[in-house]
Amino acid sequence: MKNNQKIYDVAIVGGGVTGCNIARELSRYSLKTVLIDKNAEVGFGTTKSNSGIIHAGHHNTPATLKGRLVVRGNQLFDQLCRELNFGFSRIGELVVARTPEDLPVLERLKEQGKSKGVPGLEIWDKNRLLHEEPNLSHNLLGALWAPTAGVINPYEFVFALIESAIENGVELKVESPVQKIGQEEGHLVVQTPTEKIHSRFVLNAAGIFADQVARMAGLDDFTIYPRKGEEYMLDKRLKGLVRHLIFPVPLKTTKGILIIPTFDGTIMVGPTAQDVGDRHDIATSYEGSHQVFDFVRQICPSINERDTITEFAGLRAVSDTDDFIIGPTKVKGFINVAGIQSPGLTSAPSIAEYVLEILRQEGLKLHERKNFKSHVAGPPRFALQSLKEQGERIGKDSRFAKVVCRCELVTEAEIHDAIDHGARTLDGIKFRSRAGMGRCQGGFCTSRCMGILSERLKIPYDRVTKRGGDSWMVQKMKDESSC
Amino acid sequence: MLGRMEEKYDVVIVGGGPAGLGAALGARDAGAEKILIVDREPEAGGILLQCIHSGFGLHYFKEELTGPEYAQRFIEKVIDQDVDVIPEAYISGVVTDSEGSKRVRVMHEKRGLHTIDCQSVVLAMGCRERTRGAIQIPGTRPSGVLTAGLAQKFVNMLGYLPGKRVAILGSGDIGLIMARRLVLEGCEVVGVYEIMPYSNGLTRNVVQCLEDFNIPLHLSTTVAQIHGRDRLEKITVAPVDKNLKPDMKRAKDVVCDTLLLSIGLIPENELSQGLGIRLDPVTSGPVVSSTLETSLPGMFACGNVLHVHDLVDFVTREALLAGRFAGEWAQGVRRPTDNIRLVPGENVRYCVPHTLSPGRDHMISMRCKEPMKPCKIKIGDLMEKKLRFVVPAEMIMMRLHPDLLDRFHGDSVRVDITPVEAVKP
Ligand SMILES: Cc1cc2nc3c(=O)[nH]c(=O)nc-3n(C[C@H](O)[C@H](O)[C@H](O)COP(=O)(O)OP(=O)(O)OC[C@H]3O[C@@H](n4cnc5c(N)ncnc54)[C@H](O)[C@@H]3O)c2cc1C
Ligand SMILES: Cc1cc2nc3c(=O)[nH]c(=O)nc-3n(C[C@H](O)[C@H](O)[C@H](O)COP(=O)(O)OP(=O)(O)OC[C@H]3O[C@@H](n4cnc5c(N)ncnc54)[C@H](O)[C@@H]3O)c2cc1C
Repeated sequence: MKNNQKIYDVAIVGGGVTGCNIARELSRYSLKTVLIDKNAEVGFGTTKSNSGIIHAGHHNTPATLKGRLVVRGNQLFDQLCRELNFGFSRIGELVVARTPEDLPVLERLKEQGKSKGVPGLEIWDKNRLLHEEPNLSHNLLGALWAPTAGVINPYEFVFALIESAIENGVELKVESPVQKIGQEEGHLVVQTPTEKIHSRFVLNAAGIFADQVARMAGLDDFTIYPRKGEEYMLDKRLKGLVRHLIFPVPLKTTKGILIIPTFDGTIMVGPTAQDVGDRHDIATSYEGSHQVFDFVRQICPSINERDTITEFAGLRAVSDTDDFIIGPTKVKGFINVAGIQSPGLTSAPSIAEYVLEILRQEGLKLHERKNFKSHVAGPPRFALQSLKEQGERIGKDSRFAKVVCRCELVTEAEIHDAIDHGARTLDGIKFRSRAGMGRCQGGFCTSRCMGILSERLKIPYDRVTKRGGDSWMVQKMKDESSC
Repeated sequence: MLGRMEEKYDVVIVGGGPAGLGAALGARDAGAEKILIVDREPEAGGILLQCIHSGFGLHYFKEELTGPEYAQRFIEKVIDQDVDVIPEAYISGVVTDSEGSKRVRVMHEKRGLHTIDCQSVVLAMGCRERTRGAIQIPGTRPSGVLTAGLAQKFVNMLGYLPGKRVAILGSGDIGLIMARRLVLEGCEVVGVYEIMPYSNGLTRNVVQCLEDFNIPLHLSTTVAQIHGRDRLEKITVAPVDKNLKPDMKRAKDVVCDTLLLSIGLIPENELSQGLGIRLDPVTSGPVVSSTLETSLPGMFACGNVLHVHDLVDFVTREALLAGRFAGEWAQGVRRPTDNIRLVPGENVRYCVPHTLSPGRDHMISMRCKEPMKPCKIKIGDLMEKKLRFVVPAEMIMMRLHPDLLDRFHGDSVRVDITPVEAVKP
């Protein structure tokens, strides 16, 4: 090794919600930490394609690691939200009983939750249920009420985490697919197409690719089986159709198909659960759509697929053990944070605590930094402000008066703010500012956002991408390219 | 351009496309004094500014103009008539006080958040295009799947191509026009796929944009799957059965890097909805009376925000009327409420306006549900007109003479389109 070679203390492979939570936890300490992701921005893996639920914890048995980490994860969200200002709201969850056989299951879930310390669980009878949720089917028999369940904008959460981590000294390397992991003089070497990254510890938080990353380090002890979930977003006009998360009594493999009033009020239905062979298969399907809508209509009869404004699919990283695989390995310094399937989003903050404990046991010295800055401002969200606040904003920065996205009322100032906070792609802008997320799905604002990105990043339009890689938007006309 | 903007107007018009421009002229003709047009974009003209092909104005000017030329003629007239035009301003709300006068909330980069008092308002916000989500095409979500109007903006306004090998889903006019445009720019257009057994575009566009360029139009066919990780790689196309479900046994893959969607337009009524204006679920535009007044007194609507038009000439005609009534309203003219409902009957998807009054000149716009030829349109027992054909893509306009309703006593008139025996030559 050359003398001037930088050796990191910790290199995290994978910038999903797992990797970003760990990065931010590590940034509290005087360490050299780097986070490496193959995509153009963090959070573009499973983390942006899920149900966005912060689970209360009653669904998972305490016999599993995920069942133990989920309750603590849930508890950490109030503090995180205060510090990082992402969209999060504890709207509560109702597990509804459709048949008499479901009723004892509600009791069992309640007991399971109570034993794990999930607060506030109650059984509601039919009257109470329909009083609170009048649009649900009158055939339902009752429900389990879990007040601490919440909804979150997961992409806002990871963007805020990484911003906070960077602010506190963590380095971020995007568009850096890890291809090889080797050992050298007592530390590990992580190789991307452009560089070798030396680090004492390597954390494998590569989501559905975690088994492949483990194999790069010479480990062959687990496999990830991607399980696809399709989700369907409905038009904003249905806001208020249900006010709480609506779950059926859980099925064997998943928590079933849900009705989710997202943080922004849009109703989302899904997910399906289908084992797929291909780790890139995030295609939605006719079958998936039928399955989702046929199912949720039994619970909420007025939901109609014609109100869909967009759909997407995500892949759960299911491991052989069907549980999280977190811990040190035969390769010194290489630590798995793998198999992070649902409730991975909820558990991510407690996974980070757990991983730090492992690092400590493995010999990493953790000295708290004195100047740790915990606060991140969060996006300005013009549309959510009162008229008075809007007037004041415009008075201070006239770009707030220029509406870019009409469906979601997003202003030019917010597009610039997204870029200031790290957006480098159209999806990056969309997930930070909501421009293009509404019912016209970017029909009007795409070209405006491309213009601003092109100007700010000093790149021509044909180098602006939807989400990095080969996702180009436009090409040069032939006469220009020939001259 | 900053433009003049005062604090009080007779008529404020939301949107400066052909509808807004026409409404301003109509209001001026009716004698309204102070008129303001507000548009979000840097220039008035609306969607016409990106339609650089010719074919506009055949009805109104009796000559073939390009979109920007058509818009320019109206912009000049409007400026000539001393109408104030404020670009780059966004109308985010309207409140009505107990006396019926209105305050319009305007956001403007240079002026900040403002309110303007006025007597009447014309809604002319235009429409937007339906997107992939609206029809749920299964598959992945790569770049390269975009609406035809956005592609039109890329090519005509920004000077970039949306891709090289292009398929088009839906045979709406914008898609047809873009098929020709892209071929002229050196792209390969592999085909237009239309789920219905007939085209959704104007016949002249099918001939001039597809047939003349040997671009195949596949009817009763849809895109059943989208493939590609970062960028679109190919699509699966399949013929559909009677229920419009794809027959996957006869599906095949078509390699392309771009899929344009030309699958319909939807009136842009966020603002109207926010104000509590009643909307027609079929048109997705406001319910209007024979004076093109919405369910909120003193608020009028015209152009694509009211219902989607295929020809800009018809937008202008409707806008002149809406502007006239808005102008009269601002001067205190109040007319009796309409007392006759206009009801879509056999093979009629919708009619605008929704109500009529005796003694008034009416212009009725309608669309059929299915193609039919030859046929007749019956407006109750009042009027009958034979047509060689009707197709859903072409709006039908009929003038209803004022005396016709004088003899009428019911409370509703039904409109039917029914087949007639072909007349042998
Ligand atoms: C449909 C669905 C619904 C869900 N709903 C919920 C829910 O409501 N609540 C909940 O708690 N959980 C939910 N989950 C689970 C949750 O989304 C995941 O557990 C969580 O997002 C996993 O995050 P991660 O960071 O481990 O993985 P990811 O977000 O996939 O991150 C892994 C990262 O690693 C990067 N990477 C991979 N390979 C390499 C490489 N070789 N080099 C560099 N970088 C690499 C990827 O680019 C990616 O950014 C759901 C999951 C799905 C699929
Ligand atoms: C992409 C596209 C291509 C078309 N091509 C053709 C064609 O080739 N030939 C043809 O005859 N017809 C064509 N049409 C039909 C065309 O829409 C109509 O002929 C006509 O342009 C509609 O006029 P409008 O004024 O109602 O709407 P628009 O032209 O859309 O104008 C509406 C205006 O209102 C503004 N606006 C909206 N909301 C606000 C707000 N809250 N505050 C301020 N301003 C606002 C918008 O920015 C816009 O400038 C096309 C339509 C589209 C969408």
